[in-house]
Amino acid sequence: MRIGVFVCHCGRNIAGIVDVKTVVDEIAKLKDVVFCTDYIYLCSEPGQKTIQEKIKELNLTHIIVAACSPSLHGITFSRAVEAAGVNPYLFEMANIREQCSWVHSHNPELATKKAISLIKASLAKLRYSQPLTPIKVPLTQKVLVIGGGIAGIRVALDIAQAGFEVYLVEKSPSLGGRMAQLSETFPTLDCSSCILTPLMVEVARHKKIHLFTYAEVKKVEGIIGNFKVTIEKKPRYVIPEKCTGCGDCVDVCPVVVPNEFDQGLGARKAIYVPFPQAVPLVYTIDFENCLNTEKLIICEQCFKICGPKAIDFLMRPEEIQIEVGAIVVATGYELLPLEALKEYGAGEYEDVITSLDFERLISASGPTGGILRRPSDGRIPKSVVFIQCAGSRSPEQGRPYCSKICCMYTAKHALIYKHLVPDGEVYVFYIDIRAAGKRYEEFVQRVMGDGVLYLRGKVSKVFRHNEKMVVLGVDTLSGKTVEVETDLVVLAPAIIPSKGAQELAKMLKIPVDEFGFFSEIHPKLRPVETTSPGIYLAGAAQSPKDISETVAQASAAASKVLSLLSQKEATLEPIVAYVDKEICKGCGLCRRVCPFKAITIVKEDKKRYAKVEPAICQGCGCCMAICEENAINVAGFTYQQLSAQVRALLEDKYEVSKKTAEFRKI
Amino acid sequence: MKMNIGYFPGCTLKATALNFEKSALEVAKILGFQLEELSQWHCCGTVPSLSQDDLLKQISPVRNLIYAQSLGYNKIVTLCSMCYNTLAQSNLFVKENKEKLRKINQFMSEMPDYDGGVEVKHFLSFLKEQITLEKIRESVKTNLSGIKIACYYGCLLLRPKIIGIDDSEQPKILEELMQVLGAEPVYFPYKTECCGAYHTVIKPDIVARRVYRILENAKENKAQIVITSCPLCHFNLTKRQEEIKKIYPDFKGIPVVYFTEVMLQALGENFKCV
Repeated sequence: MRIGVFVCHCGRNIAGIVDVKTVVDEIAKLKDVVFCTDYIYLCSEPGQKTIQEKIKELNLTHIIVAACSPSLHGITFSRAVEAAGVNPYLFEMANIREQCSWVHSHNPELATKKAISLIKASLAKLRYSQPLTPIKVPLTQKVLVIGGGIAGIRVALDIAQAGFEVYLVEKSPSLGGRMAQLSETFPTLDCSSCILTPLMVEVARHKKIHLFTYAEVKKVEGIIGNFKVTIEKKPRYVIPEKCTGCGDCVDVCPVVVPNEFDQGLGARKAIYVPFPQAVPLVYTIDFENCLNTEKLIICEQCFKICGPKAIDFLMRPEEIQIEVGAIVVATGYELLPLEALKEYGAGEYEDVITSLDFERLISASGPTGGILRRPSDGRIPKSVVFIQCAGSRSPEQGRPYCSKICCMYTAKHALIYKHLVPDGEVYVFYIDIRAAGKRYEEFVQRVMGDGVLYLRGKVSKVFRHNEKMVVLGVDTLSGKTVEVETDLVVLAPAIIPSKGAQELAKMLKIPVDEFGFFSEIHPKLRPVETTSPGIYLAGAAQSPKDISETVAQASAAASKVLSLLSQKEATLEPIVAYVDKEICKGCGLCRRVCPFKAITIVKEDKKRYAKVEPAICQGCGCCMAICEENAINVAGFTYQQLSAQVRALLEDKYEVSKKTAEFRKI
Repeated sequence: MKMNIGYFPGCTLKATALNFEKSALEVAKILGFQLEELSQWHCCGTVPSLSQDDLLKQISPVRNLIYAQSLGYNKIVTLCSMCYNTLAQSNLFVKENKEKLRKINQFMSEMPDYDGGVEVKHFLSFLKEQITLEKIRESVKTNLSGIKIACYYGCLLLRPKIIGIDDSEQPKILEELMQVLGAEPVYFPYKTECCGAYHTVIKPDIVARRVYRILENAKENKAQIVITSCPLCHFNLTKRQEEIKKIYPDFKGIPVVYFTEVMLQALGENFKCV
């Protein structure tokens, strides 16, 4: 064993507090340490080269780098040592920055001692390390995309155009998502459906894309390269192959209900397409509102009129099993429900609406045919008050984050309103205007110059006074409270993750942040990957974002998927559990706690023991913690390694040898 | 069913809000329970302490809770919104900060330790949850139909949300109560607007201007009477009407009473409050 130890200064981050020279001197004295040195930035090109040169020159077999957290540069260094011929699992990182110099900046002496102690601990672990080789598994060259909004559409098209098969699953009856609901897009004022519909049609036509609308992902098993997915197709009660989309059924259907696509401001029948450009153009019977039940057929108007005989009241949910190598999650967003915004009179007054409601009211294909009418009495509002940050940037309500798109769409709404009602008055209550983006600030400036009154401040109350709505607020620039009488109040509610995102996260075993948005591995450097290999993110499911950003991220996710699919095999970390058959009694405790279902109990020569499927195991260590016999270990993190590490850490603090037995129990 | 409920009066109920106490005790009797005044009590603390560290501010409310605990009550009812707010916030604070409660207990070594086991209820939520609106409806003797009432909450019953007895933005507990009495609660968006509170001491004109808007809004919506449960609101809403008339000569007054007085008119006999 010939160990080399490299101590990083990280500029002044470490060396400004920890006495690096003392650390080097102390460590150099230790057994098997052939070489120890310090360097200003080990992660730099020359820094890495130093390590590689010393490996070759001194024939080093084991390497320790004492620097930052391994989550930051673990991969950098393990690649560097691997390139120099050392197995990357015979390399350890001691974190003397985040866990030492940063937290003990007030006590350099202690920090120096601790740094030495941390390196000794890594060394103790390294003594028991074994070289490991990555696991290779075959890769299914197909992809599942969850969510059929603009993010999912872009991902699916990018992957399919590269020649790989895509399954696109959307839970509503049509592709399009939120973007289909919008009237125009900022800052160019492109008609939203004009730019979206061609893409929807392309998805439907593409030979490599299998489109499942009105369907949901029910179950996901397996790992990168080999996910087994169960998709449930909800019954449409209309046979898609036969339906021609003629709409004769709609004319005769007697049930009228609010149309979700129009935010409930317009109506649809119980048999419907959400909007005229829907893809696929196949009608769906909403059985919750249809007069018929599964057991009793009362009304068969649509059945009778349907020329191609596409109606099938006996349709049942259908489950489909598919196998894919990668999954992209693009489940989008929702607006904070009105019940959470009572201070703005939301839910109490019909004329307090959300921004999406407003989109539908100004949309040419909307319930009012593009003529803005307020919900209470259908009058054209002669003034509108927009309230931004309704529920966002509000730590008191547990939502400190910025919903990001509201400043821009509110400016757009104000502008469109001025086009629709040129003599109308517009007030916008805002906290700050956040218009960072290409041509965004210019757009807001243009709107501000167009007779829109921006008031910096929050609104305390909204209520009805006769025919008008009254908005009480404050203008923090003049320092005065303001009271505005208006016809319509439009809120910009906080953006929250889609319903069901939480369950999906559980199903896919990917983390969400404290607000329920899916978490990426690294916000800057790995923004579309999740901690589960083979699962990627796109769009507002990850955080609030606008269309351009969503599309960019979707293409990024697609390119990540493509770089995975360009290989024949997927490479997996060898940090997985393995069983010592001699000791294992086959009690099955580990099987019970394994969150990935990677363990089975097998019988061989009249002996029962646990068997781990390495391709499924994620190396979490639950099995190792629960095993009473110490029969199961995670490679790279064995009991032997970890207890040696802890013992080394406690060396000068406790009489460890006596306590070893007790420690094992903990 | 005979129920004896621990009752914490607070200072105003013995001074300017005597009619509040009198009517509430009477209402309780009619509804079949007794509000038993704690045999020992003192100032509730008057304002809920916003300080996390200055535990001295918690002494007064906690000591009152110790009295209740020693007298064997696991629940006390208040009438005054301010007393409710102060006691409830303090109670929550010590329940969630065991270490701080230990310190407070140590400081009051002459008293038994408070164990956090007393529940603080406002009379309104007690009526709704324990007595039920149904029972109150059954006890109505004089239906108040035709009387239009503006229910004014102020802030102390509702904020902070964690101890609020109803939704802090759109409360309706007073309206529900008035409805079962047969009265007609009016649309009243100013029901949670601030009355001006203690500004009344040094800047009565601020209070007058605020109260003017509150009462005007009530009158605009055809209210004949305004009800409240807070003695401070009551003081501002009644006593400052004189100042209002000086600033707005056209202002015509409107009666402001405690909700229990209206209840008594419906439940009792020959009691006139308007």
